[in-house]
Amino acid sequence: MTDTLAIDTKDLTKNYGKVTVVDHLNFHVRDNEVFGLLGPNGAGKTTTILMLLGLTEPASGTIRVCDFNPSREPLKIKRIVGYLPEAVGFYDDLTARENLRFIADLNNISAPETERRIDEVLEMMGLTEERDMVTGKFSRGMRQRLGIADVLIKQPKLVILDEPTSGLDPAGINQLLDIIAGLPKMGTTVLLSSHQLYQVQRVCHSVGILSRGKMVIEGTIDELGREAMAGGRYIIEVETAEPNSELVDIIQKIKGVEKVESDGTTLKISTDSDLRSQISKAVIDKGALLVQMKAHEFSLDDIYMKYFKEN
Amino acid sequence: MIAIIRKELADYFNSVRFLVLFLLLLVAGGGGLYAASHGIRTALQESDAVTQGGFIFLALFTSSWGGIPVFTMIIAIIIPITGIVLGFDAINSERSGGTLSRLLAQPVYRDSVINGKFLAGIISMSLMVGTTLLLVAGFGLRMIGVPPTSDEIIRLFIYGLLTVVYGAFWMGLAMLFSVIFRRAAGSLLIPIVIFLIIYFFWVFLGFGQAIANAVAPISAESDIATQIQQAGMQQTIRSLSPSFLFQEAYLVLLIPIWKGIGAITYSDLSYMLANPLSLGQSLLAIWPHIVSLVSLSAICFGISYIIFMKQEIRAT
Repeated sequence: MTDTLAIDTKDLTKNYGKVTVVDHLNFHVRDNEVFGLLGPNGAGKTTTILMLLGLTEPASGTIRVCDFNPSREPLKIKRIVGYLPEAVGFYDDLTARENLRFIADLNNISAPETERRIDEVLEMMGLTEERDMVTGKFSRGMRQRLGIADVLIKQPKLVILDEPTSGLDPAGINQLLDIIAGLPKMGTTVLLSSHQLYQVQRVCHSVGILSRGKMVIEGTIDELGREAMAGGRYIIEVETAEPNSELVDIIQKIKGVEKVESDGTTLKISTDSDLRSQISKAVIDKGALLVQMKAHEFSLDDIYMKYFKEN
Repeated sequence: MIAIIRKELADYFNSVRFLVLFLLLLVAGGGGLYAASHGIRTALQESDAVTQGGFIFLALFTSSWGGIPVFTMIIAIIIPITGIVLGFDAINSERSGGTLSRLLAQPVYRDSVINGKFLAGIISMSLMVGTTLLLVAGFGLRMIGVPPTSDEIIRLFIYGLLTVVYGAFWMGLAMLFSVIFRRAAGSLLIPIVIFLIIYFFWVFLGFGQAIANAVAPISAESDIATQIQQAGMQQTIRSLSPSFLFQEAYLVLLIPIWKGIGAITYSDLSYMLANPLSLGQSLLAIWPHIVSLVSLSAICFGISYIIFMKQEIRAT
């Protein structure tokens, strides 16, 4: 990661009629990172993306994408930025190869280079077998992978993926996330828009949470965790064979434990570090039968829910 | 933009609808030839073309069969349909298929998309019209054995151009609705309804006359000035229909002996010689028609262009 910025916006605003969809949005994406743009449906993610690409004019504010202004120099941006729209479509009666060839043609890539790159990206996406199949017969997952192939064919410096995992099965999601996580190594910055928190958490270096057109919070995942959970980084669940009220007091006294909630046989313990060994020792010393013990690290879900409860 | 034209053309040539339209045009050509094989002799005798040293080859295209000039008439119906079918889902199919945003994320100007589609449509229509005209000309040449004069070749060429312009008008209209409507059903239906009104009601069923009669009723006793005025009004109202303009233009072009446009009094008629118009004079007579058709096509395309440029891209 370097400190040059791939995307930088200042007070970006967009209204549709009287509704403000994006409201004085400030955020930046560093080169070679995976940035997750999070937010519930209708938060303004897609509108923001369209403005980054110059497909929609902002009402006010400034944007720099790879040091270009999308309103003034959209073609320069589109030459180096790949965009995967949310509901990506292909020409159904053309084969995967023909679809990619058309996009390469629009990007003025020479014919031999086009064929080489098509083979390369199709192999990377695991679509070599299906390259001469018409895309009308593609499954949702194959389409999505072809969408990424389509974005990579121009060897972009930045790719913008709008909800790339929506409608995929778990295996497809994992495959796609692995591909996305590998992109920065190839020198490609990724802006990933999603409302799937777990996925974003898995691949993103930093995230920004968008709500009603405003950036609620922005930073690396660790930073956000510390901020949101205010110290309580771990939650440890302890299940014993039978309820034991004395156990709560004993655990409460362990250094680092912040809160203990009892729910019959299950104890929910908030701590600032991984205290599993101390807690299990306390349980066994007390003579209670330990059934199971689980440790949850904080997740983006908690952050997300925290912010949306506040709004 | 060349990439877009190339892709659109490839799409057209591989599509079933193009094949069907082409077959229809060929049927028109075949029908014209059949009519010619039956009616060309009487047509030529009636029009004195033989004795006037006139336009035998052109008669191939205008020979009537039961009073209807078969070839040109079928073309006048098929070309609008061709235009509509080529244009009606130009933009909204890209939008509903989700390919529009992907296309516009590529380094192309937004207008290249609509320009490329329009040009590709014009190219494929030119190919269709050109092929049909050449086929009819070729088979007709074998049939009658009279080669065309240079004058006739130029007239046929201009007729071909005019037909393409007329088709481009309908394609522009269909494209306009494909920009406005999100669903292809709407953008197909409305141009076809407009075509029915403009062609069948206006030209075929004589709505022009009917409206003129309603606005300024005349009877047999009306004086001559009123009657001439009324005839002028009829002409004006009928000229509002592009189909009527096209019909008048191709009749003047292909039947050089055609007796003019608009109202002619009997006294004028007595001064008229049975002379065919020269090419220059024919063109002069239909110049307003050509200008109107070209500008109508341009206006239709222009409006769809402007709307498309201002439209939001997002699919939802």
